[in-house]
Amino acid sequence: MLAVLAAAFSGLAMGLEWNLQPAASPIAADIHGLHEYVMILVTVIFIGVFGFMFWACYAHRKSKGHQAEQFHENTTVEIIWTVIPALILIVIAWPATSVLIAQRDTSQPDLTIKVTGYQWKWGYDYIKGEGEGISFVSKLTTPRDQIENKAPKGENYLLEVDNEMVVPIGKKVRVLTTAADVIHAWWIPAFGAKQDAMPGIIRDLHFKANKTGVFRGQCTELCGKEHGFMPIVVKVVSQDEYAKWVGDRKKAIAAAADDPAKQYTLDELKGRGEKVYAANCVACHQASGKGTPPMFPPLDGSKVVTGPKEGQMDIVVNGKPGTAMQPFGKQLNDVEIAAVLTFTRNNWGNKTGDLVQPAEVKAARK
Amino acid sequence: MSAVVDNHGHAAHDEHGGGYHGGIMRWITTTNHKDIGTLYLWFSFIMFLMGGVMALVIRTELFSPGLQWVNPDFFNQMTTMHGLIMVFGAIMPAFVGFANWQIPLMIGAPDMAFARMNNWSFWILPFAGSLLILSFFVPGGAPGVGWTMYAPLTVQMGMGMDLTIFAVHLLGMSSIMGSINIITTILNMRAPGMTLMRMPLFVWTWLITAYLLVAAMPVLAGAVTMTLTDRHFGTTFFNAAGGGDPVLYQHIFWFFGHPEVYIIALPAFGVVSQVIPAFSRKPLFGYASMVYATSAIAILSFIVWAHHMYTVGMPVTAQLFFMYATTIIAVPTGVKVFNWVATMWKGSLTFETPMLFAIGFLFLFTLGGFTGLVLSLVAVDVQLHDTYYVVAHFHYVMVAGALFSAFAGVYFWLPKWTGRMYDETLGKIHFWLTMIFFNMIFFVQHFLGLAGMPRRIPDYPLMFETWNKISSIGAWGFGLSQVFFLYIVLKAIRSGEKAPEKPWEGADSLEWTHLPTPVPHHTWETPPVLK
Repeated sequence: MLAVLAAAFSGLAMGLEWNLQPAASPIAADIHGLHEYVMILVTVIFIGVFGFMFWACYAHRKSKGHQAEQFHENTTVEIIWTVIPALILIVIAWPATSVLIAQRDTSQPDLTIKVTGYQWKWGYDYIKGEGEGISFVSKLTTPRDQIENKAPKGENYLLEVDNEMVVPIGKKVRVLTTAADVIHAWWIPAFGAKQDAMPGIIRDLHFKANKTGVFRGQCTELCGKEHGFMPIVVKVVSQDEYAKWVGDRKKAIAAAADDPAKQYTLDELKGRGEKVYAANCVACHQASGKGTPPMFPPLDGSKVVTGPKEGQMDIVVNGKPGTAMQPFGKQLNDVEIAAVLTFTRNNWGNKTGDLVQPAEVKAARK
Repeated sequence: MSAVVDNHGHAAHDEHGGGYHGGIMRWITTTNHKDIGTLYLWFSFIMFLMGGVMALVIRTELFSPGLQWVNPDFFNQMTTMHGLIMVFGAIMPAFVGFANWQIPLMIGAPDMAFARMNNWSFWILPFAGSLLILSFFVPGGAPGVGWTMYAPLTVQMGMGMDLTIFAVHLLGMSSIMGSINIITTILNMRAPGMTLMRMPLFVWTWLITAYLLVAAMPVLAGAVTMTLTDRHFGTTFFNAAGGGDPVLYQHIFWFFGHPEVYIIALPAFGVVSQVIPAFSRKPLFGYASMVYATSAIAILSFIVWAHHMYTVGMPVTAQLFFMYATTIIAVPTGVKVFNWVATMWKGSLTFETPMLFAIGFLFLFTLGGFTGLVLSLVAVDVQLHDTYYVVAHFHYVMVAGALFSAFAGVYFWLPKWTGRMYDETLGKIHFWLTMIFFNMIFFVQHFLGLAGMPRRIPDYPLMFETWNKISSIGAWGFGLSQVFFLYIVLKAIRSGEKAPEKPWEGADSLEWTHLPTPVPHHTWETPPVLK
């Protein structure tokens, strides 16, 4: 077992599954170095201490006729083995301090991105630097069938999203973390970057990627039932590709803008609403609309859904404090809210025939 | 004690060998420290099996990627209740059970100082345990928030959360009463000549632990009470929108939570410090430094709490302080390990089951201590925080530390308590099964954590599959091994060979040198005098 311990932990062994993920930022590389340094130290100490113990187990056995000596203290030895560990700690503290200080230095970033944790997805807002103004939500795209073992699992099972966070290589990226509901944690192992995202509080971290590629991580603070299903994916690209991505993204935003003044038909809104529902609501309220009561109430036959439009609109736009029902007014535009309201009021057993127009949502927001 | 009780008491003792009642009422009304110790130990074992079943649900779900057996919500309930039940229902009561049995015997006291309060300390526990279990059957089920119960996720939970909060209140009351009893007994009821620095180390570790409990448990009660009022009475202690702070909860919780680690570990150190000298046939090396090291660990445990919170975004100076303070704990802990090894050095060693578990403890607890040192370094911890590395680390401390030591204690003292020997061969088999399966479960989890698997997830990416499979198989083996332990203990009690007066040659505390085997129901009615 000692051999396994030594090989596996000192970074000599191969492959992803034995050790930290390959570093893709200078800080992550420093963390690897620090980890290996400490593992070598403790492995040597471990072997030394237990070498003594197992030697005693072997040589000082009663069955070999060993007589017990009766010594029970030795001040010199006791002082030595108090002072030496203290010195070793100082040897460890020195590099540990310098890596930490570098890790926490978020000053003078090239690009600042705000990350918001929601139950159970991530919101990204590029707030300073190239790409300023880009904003999107990033959700798991692994199909439900794969999770429920009805389809073979893909290569990036549980680590794939619809909108990746894209950053340029070699630029210092400062990530501000916050959350809308409960505590989440944003983590990309390859960057050595992890920070809790807490409601009502903004914290930050930074990384400077030195490899292009796609890097994947997961939420690392228990945030409710879908905690295991809100991955983080960062795509690191060259400066040119990044500039192109920013351009495309901005054009797409302009093109996709919905016109809230338009009058939509029932079928248009239902069709759109079904998509919005599948993306935002289905985790809690389920595709069947039955929810998982009492924490996640059913919408099928719900008094709120089949009651006055205004009541349902208020809950969807403003959320319900103390529950996982978040204020979707901040995440969805007027057309999307109108669509999902129309969909839920006319799906399953709900047959209200109501049509909610985006203009009504716009009016209600004020 | 009034004269009236004494007059009635003696006749009853002679007839029943104890109390006023036979049957179930004996156990409900008992004020005898040995009966209460037995109750604590059985209660903790029942809770251990319940928590173990929950662990198996967790490991069975994690055998393969994808959701197979339980939904994510129930999975979270399992991780939460497994943690709460194991910490508060299994490990802590087990060591209180040892304290009840052993402290009076070891210091020459006739019973605990507050015998009736002792009865109450125990009998609160089944109610607290029932509340925890009951939470599964209320709307919304048990809370799925993790045993740490972080705000504000707790606000979203159903009434199972409230039942859990009340259970924690009850458990805290029980612990505080038990601690006051232990402190008073040790400070006031030692036999003539039993000076503090002559007490067996087990008694010392419990004296220090009891102070930790008295200091830490009210803090936890405060944290969960604030959670309760945030949930129901409109307060915003942990809600930034109302001027509160979710991080405040974590500070309060871990101000309790870190001393709690030592509340569990110190009595385990105490048991091991009795067992290793007995089977080395040699006095404990560095007794005085053991006492000082234990005290140092206890004091340091109150200034390191935020090392559980390196990723909340504290100022870097605070992180440095907590990192340095945490690493310093390695010094007194190292002293203890060196002392145990030095006790074995040039002894005359035999390897009966208690000694095997004590050596297993020493080996694996030290390994858990080293991963603790790795985790204490902020930069590395940022990588490993809330991953399976942490799960592996604290199970090395809690299971290989506390549980192994509890097994060592049971095998060590069972002959004294019951007058019967366990089957040595079966005991050794139990040790090796436990040792092998424990490492199968948890050693591989270090790799999972390093590779980036977060904890508390019901499903995982494909790259983690192999280690999870090994871990799950180990878990089933480990669970079955503990059913085997139950069999060994029952077999010993029912049909074990009669224990010799002094089964362990090197054991030298009062219960071995001055009392018959099995110990009578009442001991030290006349205190021994130590020269």
